[in-house]
Amino acid sequence: MLGYILKRFLYMIPTLVLTSMLVFFLIELPPGDYFESYVNELIAAGETIDPKQIEFLRAEYGFDRPVWEHYWIWATGMLVGDFGYSFEYELPVREVIGDRLIFTIIVTFFTIIFTWLIAFPIGIYSATHQYSWGDYGLTFLGLLGLATPNFLLALIMMYLANQWFGTAIGGLMDPEFVDKPFSFAKFMSVMEHLWIPVIVIGTSGTAAMIRRVRANLLDELRKPYVTTARAKGVPEFKGLMKYPFRMSLNFFIADIGSVLPQVISGAEIVAIVLSLETTGPLLIQALQSQDMYLAGSFLMLLAFLTVIGVLISDIALGFLDPRIRLQGGVSR
Amino acid sequence: MSNVTSELPEDHYVNEAPFDPKAIEKLTPEQEAVYLASQTRLMWWKFKKHKLAVFCGIFLLLMYLMAAFAEFLAPYNLEAKNSKYIYAPPQSVHLFHEGEFVGPFVYDYKKELDLKTFQRVYVEDTSKIIPLRFFCSGDQYHFWGMIPADNHLMCADINNPVFLLGSDRLGRDLLSRIIYGARISLTIGLIGIMISFVLGIVIGGLAGYYGGWVDLVVQRLIEVIQSLPTLPLWLVLAAIMPANWSPILIYFGITVILGLIDWTGLARAVRSKLLALREEDYVLAARLMGASPARIIGLHLVPGFMSHLIASATITIPTMILGETALSFLGLGLRSPTVSWGVLLNEAQNINVVAITPWLILPVVPVILVILAFNFFGDGLRDAADPYG
Repeated sequence: MLGYILKRFLYMIPTLVLTSMLVFFLIELPPGDYFESYVNELIAAGETIDPKQIEFLRAEYGFDRPVWEHYWIWATGMLVGDFGYSFEYELPVREVIGDRLIFTIIVTFFTIIFTWLIAFPIGIYSATHQYSWGDYGLTFLGLLGLATPNFLLALIMMYLANQWFGTAIGGLMDPEFVDKPFSFAKFMSVMEHLWIPVIVIGTSGTAAMIRRVRANLLDELRKPYVTTARAKGVPEFKGLMKYPFRMSLNFFIADIGSVLPQVISGAEIVAIVLSLETTGPLLIQALQSQDMYLAGSFLMLLAFLTVIGVLISDIALGFLDPRIRLQGGVSR
Repeated sequence: MSNVTSELPEDHYVNEAPFDPKAIEKLTPEQEAVYLASQTRLMWWKFKKHKLAVFCGIFLLLMYLMAAFAEFLAPYNLEAKNSKYIYAPPQSVHLFHEGEFVGPFVYDYKKELDLKTFQRVYVEDTSKIIPLRFFCSGDQYHFWGMIPADNHLMCADINNPVFLLGSDRLGRDLLSRIIYGARISLTIGLIGIMISFVLGIVIGGLAGYYGGWVDLVVQRLIEVIQSLPTLPLWLVLAAIMPANWSPILIYFGITVILGLIDWTGLARAVRSKLLALREEDYVLAARLMGASPARIIGLHLVPGFMSHLIASATITIPTMILGETALSFLGLGLRSPTVSWGVLLNEAQNINVVAITPWLILPVVPVILVILAFNFFGDGLRDAADPYG
């Protein structure tokens, strides 16, 4: 088992290196850099800036060097926790991101829990009542969630929440808690605001989840051992939960890794509409102003989260299913 | 002994008809039709059984026809503004006026100023009816950019415009804009899927056919792309596009972006199928006869699971449509004057819209319907792709 975990860790390295190259390539693609647009902006506004300061920053972050060296400085910096400097905020990227990444993780975590809570009972019901009206109806409801653009659902939910419960519009907490240290009251306020983004982001993933639970459980239910159990008089519920359901869980653990990028991806746009203090709005802003370190490090961190997610799911699968452990990996 | 047997009457039945040893293997005409039917015919039969998929297929066909004949179907031109009717609410079509049948008509708007909020309020003026005319002359347009015409399916007086789905901040008819928007929104997914299809088959094909280090590199690449959240990736790519590009270029840019990220799933499917199929005897035979890898992949291997690929590609079209909608909504995708459903929804960006002019979020209805339809249609195709299952 230890060897397997170690191997999985080693697999992460080429993936992360490739990811960092891809991300760097992407943020380098647009012509010009932040300094150019920044200086132009200042000149347009009639202000002056010390060219030495710009030169210093350029040299400090390797903008004057060849692309490969530039990449090397960025990538090795990340290894020691230096994510670069956000030119727009004039702060190290780490300080800009810090809190926001935590909120992204909180929202993502609760969204995944929500998806499971909804998808599992519905999936089980649909599988045991295949082709019934309930099956069709619930599947359709799930698909409707999939088909509705998240951002619009966010808008409507925000409006309804404001109409019915008087929750302050947008944000992850009441305004008075922003920039305050963590406290119980702040936590409660976050909880009060959290359910809208969680529901909105969750709806899009739920349909796919329901379908997969249903399909996997159906495959198990058709197997002879289920018939045997029924013939021997095992109660219906126990005959469902004891083996078929547990067997169908394998897919679901293998799925954790791929759920993460989906949820984060969905969370970004919702965050923008709801103006949550997560990474989404910041990322867009950074992209638009070519604040490349901020944007690049963000993407890197998000990718890192998903790679970790895949790692966790692979290790969990290794624990559950020795066959996977011995073959050395699972292909999603 | 012999005369005894001849005297006995037959005690069992004997068929008089000539003996045919193949009688059991004979097929009824219906069975024969099934056995002799071509693969495509079998698929079509299987697809026809999936009633919902057939219905959705017809619906999609109608939507594409609508997009094709947008100029004729839309009551007004895309940019026809009417400054007198800004943010006019949707009108409902009536048939009876004071208990009397007058054919389809709408009531005129009456504008009032709300003295508390200083907002324009439109009220239905039930004393004045505006009959709807059909197959009439209205705004001038060039059909498909070529043929000049002014025929519309439906129009009203020039002095009393009709806004069945309301109007926007410039007094443009939302119904017309939704119909025109279908052109971009419906084609962007198709072109995007073609790009991802080609990429998926070529890259997945190479990985599956050659195996070894090519496979390893491709596998890693797919893993990397899949580990990046899609939306941020789209955003990065969309941000790269220069702001001064023409709408057409941006349109193609967006489709390329959507396709560039979508191919991974298809490539995986192609790869795993090829890994299984490349050991088959007929591949070896082709190789011995000197066929090039491109020919073996393209002519002998891929057609074997093409229908399956098409079906799974259909299911990813909704993702692309939603992707375009999301990008345009954020202002990073298409921009006006190009009109897509996403661009229209861009107007509905804040909560005031939901509260005050809720009809501006109507473009979401076709989005939802089309995505649902593609989902069910794709389901039917996927089932039909394996007609023996």
